[in-house]
Amino acid sequence: MTTAVVLPDAARPERREWLVFLRRLIARRTALFGLIVVAVVVLTAVAAPLLSPFDPIEQDLGDLRLKAPGFRAGDGRIHPLGTDHLGRDLLARVIYGARPALLVGFAAVAISGLIGMAAGLISGYFGGRMDDVLMRLADIQLAFPFILLAIAVIGVLGPSLQTIIIVIGVSSWVVYARIVRGAVLTLREREFVQAALALGGGDGRVLLRHILPNVFTPWLVVATLDMARVIVIESALSFLGLGVQPPTPTWGGMLADGRVYISTAWWLATFPGLAILITVLGINLFGDGLRDTLDPRLKV
Amino acid sequence: MNTFLLRRLLQSLVVLFGVSFVVFAILFLTGDPALVLLPPDASAEDVRRFREVMGFNDPFLVQYGRFLKGALQGDFGQSVRHGEPAFGLVVERLPATFELAGAALMLALCLAIPAGIVSAVRRNSPVDYVATVVALFGQSLPTFWLGIMLILVFSVQFHWLPSSGRGTLQHLILPAVTLGLFTTARITRLTRSGMLEVLNQDYIRTARAKGVNDPPVVWKHALKNAAIPIVTIVGIELGTLLGGSVITETIFAWPGVGRLSVQAIANRDYPVVQAAVFLLATTFVVVNLLVDVVYTYLDPRIRLR
Repeated sequence: MTTAVVLPDAARPERREWLVFLRRLIARRTALFGLIVVAVVVLTAVAAPLLSPFDPIEQDLGDLRLKAPGFRAGDGRIHPLGTDHLGRDLLARVIYGARPALLVGFAAVAISGLIGMAAGLISGYFGGRMDDVLMRLADIQLAFPFILLAIAVIGVLGPSLQTIIIVIGVSSWVVYARIVRGAVLTLREREFVQAALALGGGDGRVLLRHILPNVFTPWLVVATLDMARVIVIESALSFLGLGVQPPTPTWGGMLADGRVYISTAWWLATFPGLAILITVLGINLFGDGLRDTLDPRLKV
Repeated sequence: MNTFLLRRLLQSLVVLFGVSFVVFAILFLTGDPALVLLPPDASAEDVRRFREVMGFNDPFLVQYGRFLKGALQGDFGQSVRHGEPAFGLVVERLPATFELAGAALMLALCLAIPAGIVSAVRRNSPVDYVATVVALFGQSLPTFWLGIMLILVFSVQFHWLPSSGRGTLQHLILPAVTLGLFTTARITRLTRSGMLEVLNQDYIRTARAKGVNDPPVVWKHALKNAAIPIVTIVGIELGTLLGGSVITETIFAWPGVGRLSVQAIANRDYPVVQAAVFLLATTFVVVNLLVDVVYTYLDPRIRLR
């Protein structure tokens, strides 16, 4: 007697699932709006030299200092957002400021996401002593007022792009680890994982082939929302003078300049801040939409 | 004694132990604490003598032991800048930081919990819509930009409120709003989702079916259960507030621990930095322990774990 075993179709309808997901995401107007905002910011950062009307670093200490938005210079060129205290075009600087923000955002999220994924998988899957140690490390990490620890470490090491990325990346893994660990704990008891183990699958294989694909969704949602946080932290560090150093334009650095000239030149502090707000809002809207589409019960 | 709390107490001690190690290790990031503490133009002879005096030639763990012993007695060394004990300098500034963080937290709770409850009870009403949008913006506004914009409007433009310093209630308003907005947004969203979840539970439906009127259902049954995640987040948010005070205090020249540490880092005054990080982290750990105590009262199931 033979029992017909129905094997899953080799050509799984993965593509269609993906399309359905995309359609559902787009159906949420706020998520779509967020996605468009993020896409525009990314394009702006990539195409900065093409988009920017002026050089962001070129100074003009003559008669171009602290001009209001819409100022028309002697050569007839208009400065749409005005100029700063060193006569640099503000629009150009806002456009170029997207570069360090996104670079730090993507790189730091990649680092903390990978560390957190690994820690969460190990902690949730193996449990026991390993789990205790990792979760205690997470508690220690969380006990620090993040920004204070970051400025202390960057103060010692000296600010640079790499330092900022590494400091933020290494110290932000806890959220990922916790969410992945939680997912793994329930997955470990599921039939398909038990079956894979019973069929002789090794720990590594079960973790990578069966568990990893299933924890990817919550991980992605955390990564998206964390990106918003990292961009705010990057600009906070630049604001304190511990970010990417001048003359590279950063939104936080521009805000710090704007604070000095707050009573005479309102535009200096206003526009870079708006750039941060729009970027972060876009990412948050997209992240919220992603979560609601993928898994509305997710507590992130 | 209650095992859950005993275990949490032990865990907190382990965490503080870890914190002390990290705080100590900050000086060793570049490999040589003497170079971190001394000005860059110190001569080789100075560096050598300094190492000798400070005991930097001892093994790492011996130095850590010495640091831990000092830290337990409130001795983090002398401030390089002020020539006073670093611990005293930080403790002196703690009340200002607690005042600011406390005001921000109170503001957040007073605004967020009613907003979250109304949002959940009157779901999809205009009130819900407005609260959700405001909360979304609140979560996306960078603290420091909000602070600068508030100064621009209320201090520079209208001269209503002072832009810096501490003393009167007027001084507290702008910094507290700046620091509290993010937390307000977070707690609003959390209260709303927590209440929505509870309002859909069977026992709420039972209470309603039995003819209990709407307001008592919300207050007696739902809020008590929705309070658990809110209490948790208050503990976590206090960390955000203590950390966020670094930025807010810098903007408003608020004489607290945050501003002190930013100045200390600029002056390479690391004993002060170490004392500040350690004390703020300790505060956070203690508050979270207290949160867990409150927790066991709100949710008796936890005691049994």
